[in-house]
Amino acid sequence: MTTTPLQSSQNWNPLRWWGQVSWPWRITVGYLTLMLLIPMTAMILKSLTEGPVNFWQVATDEVAVSSYEVTFVTAFIAALIDGVFGLITAWVLVRYNFPLKRLLEGVIDLPFALPTAVAGLTLATVYSDNGWIGSLFTPFGIRISFTRLGVGVAMLFIALPFVVRTVQPVLQEMEKDIEEAAWCLGASPFQTFYKVVLPQLMPAVLTGVALGFSRAVGEYGSIVIIAAGIPFQDLISAVLVIQKLEQYDYAGATVIGTVLLIFSLISLLGINFLQVWGRRHES
Amino acid sequence: MSHDVSNAPSSDRIPPSTTSPVWVKPLLISVVVLYLGVLLILPMANVFIQAFSQGIGAFWDNLLERNFLASVRLTLIVALIVVPLNTIFGLCAAWVIARHQFPGRTFLLSLIDLPFSVSPVVAGLMFVLLFGRNGWLGPWLNSMDIKIIFALPGILLATAFITMPFVAREVIPVLEEAGSDQEEAAQTLGANSWQTFWRVTLPNIRWGLLYGVILTNSRAMGEFGAVAVVSGNIAGKTQTLPLFVEDAYKQYQTESAYSAAVLLTLLAVVTLIAKELLERKTRVKPEEKDA
Repeated sequence: MTTTPLQSSQNWNPLRWWGQVSWPWRITVGYLTLMLLIPMTAMILKSLTEGPVNFWQVATDEVAVSSYEVTFVTAFIAALIDGVFGLITAWVLVRYNFPLKRLLEGVIDLPFALPTAVAGLTLATVYSDNGWIGSLFTPFGIRISFTRLGVGVAMLFIALPFVVRTVQPVLQEMEKDIEEAAWCLGASPFQTFYKVVLPQLMPAVLTGVALGFSRAVGEYGSIVIIAAGIPFQDLISAVLVIQKLEQYDYAGATVIGTVLLIFSLISLLGINFLQVWGRRHES
Repeated sequence: MSHDVSNAPSSDRIPPSTTSPVWVKPLLISVVVLYLGVLLILPMANVFIQAFSQGIGAFWDNLLERNFLASVRLTLIVALIVVPLNTIFGLCAAWVIARHQFPGRTFLLSLIDLPFSVSPVVAGLMFVLLFGRNGWLGPWLNSMDIKIIFALPGILLATAFITMPFVAREVIPVLEEAGSDQEEAAQTLGANSWQTFWRVTLPNIRWGLLYGVILTNSRAMGEFGAVAVVSGNIAGKTQTLPLFVEDAYKQYQTESAYSAAVLLTLLAVVTLIAKELLERKTRVKPEEKDA
């Protein structure tokens, strides 16, 4: 159990290594190669066959650029709103006791568990012109379903648990002593919150917002149902990929897909960085 | 953050919540109830109300429709194949990560997590570009008369990709928590690897593993984006339950869409309840963590 199968020798031979290691290693490496590395390489190679000029042209096409704007700006705003409400939710769940708390606690993870198609279906109905919530906005001439606001609602839905579940454990572990010290030294409750509590929670809130943002950018299932998919209005990049595929425009789909893939890889790095920063902040 | 706070008043005497104005607590609770109500609770209640709005009879009629039954069948087949596959992979990957130190370990960990951050549509697209008609292997597959995209194998690949990280993610922490002492003791006493796994490791990680399997199953049955790209969405043939929901909605068969949505929502509710129960069993106690 204590041997390290990946010995850092000068002339490391993958074939010899494969022969020496146990089955779990082979299954892990083999499965990841087949399911992840080969498909990803296939996609990147395919986008490279387009050539840089063509790639740039398709990637910065008017409709594509507007889809990035709709996707990223809406996801960013939704993640920020969820950052605020997610923080309040985590605070209420950790610090207060009240009836029905268990229900709220359980319902937080609903967006993780509910299939996105169902989320889109029910959000589209509830926020439509004559739906329970949508009808409250109709008198003011505000339409939610089948507009960019609908995209925002779906993204709020999908991103919320990321913030709550990232902040909650940090808040739980936080010592109340420092808050009490601040309070004893004459700080008002709001000063205590802004100067003592919030700085400690910030890394977790930012990580949660980043996770939610990254998830919202990639979201497809609920948005394809709640949005109309009209370019320049509520067309997001993921839906654009599908539209291009349906028109047999494989090159276009590949280019937009690659842009989304590059974004996911960058956000993965960014979130790792945030988590390392948060851990350093805690200690 | 290591100030000397030994003289600070203990939290029993002055709970911080009592130091803020009286109205703060009710206000914050109302904000949360309103926000979660509007965003999560009302939409979930709406699924059930819409599905039963025409009465139980109409609901049953929708469930007996041929295309609906075919989509349920396909969804179950996909879960039955993908969940065991990813469970085996997840166990192997968790063992590799939790029991070894090697260069590239962090990289391997991020690689396993990658499917979580890739958009499902992009995941599906990868397989289309590999196995589709215009993909790298397309011409060869065509000549061999093998169909992967717009057929069951494509749906399986896309679902397996999306649900890959769950088991490993849940098993790694419990495996690290359990430590390798018992396994080493078993091996010293003459147990072979299989015996050690079945009798020592598996009982230690069973709740974490079960939780991972439940999450994998929930996502496998509910995945939409990745499957939508590779399946071709042929009603009665390559349409899974989530695709059926969307298709029925787009064709203005709203009742039918909601009847199917009820099943998927129940799956989500069962998953959440199981999660709640299992988390209580797997929760790492703070004292043990420090030790």
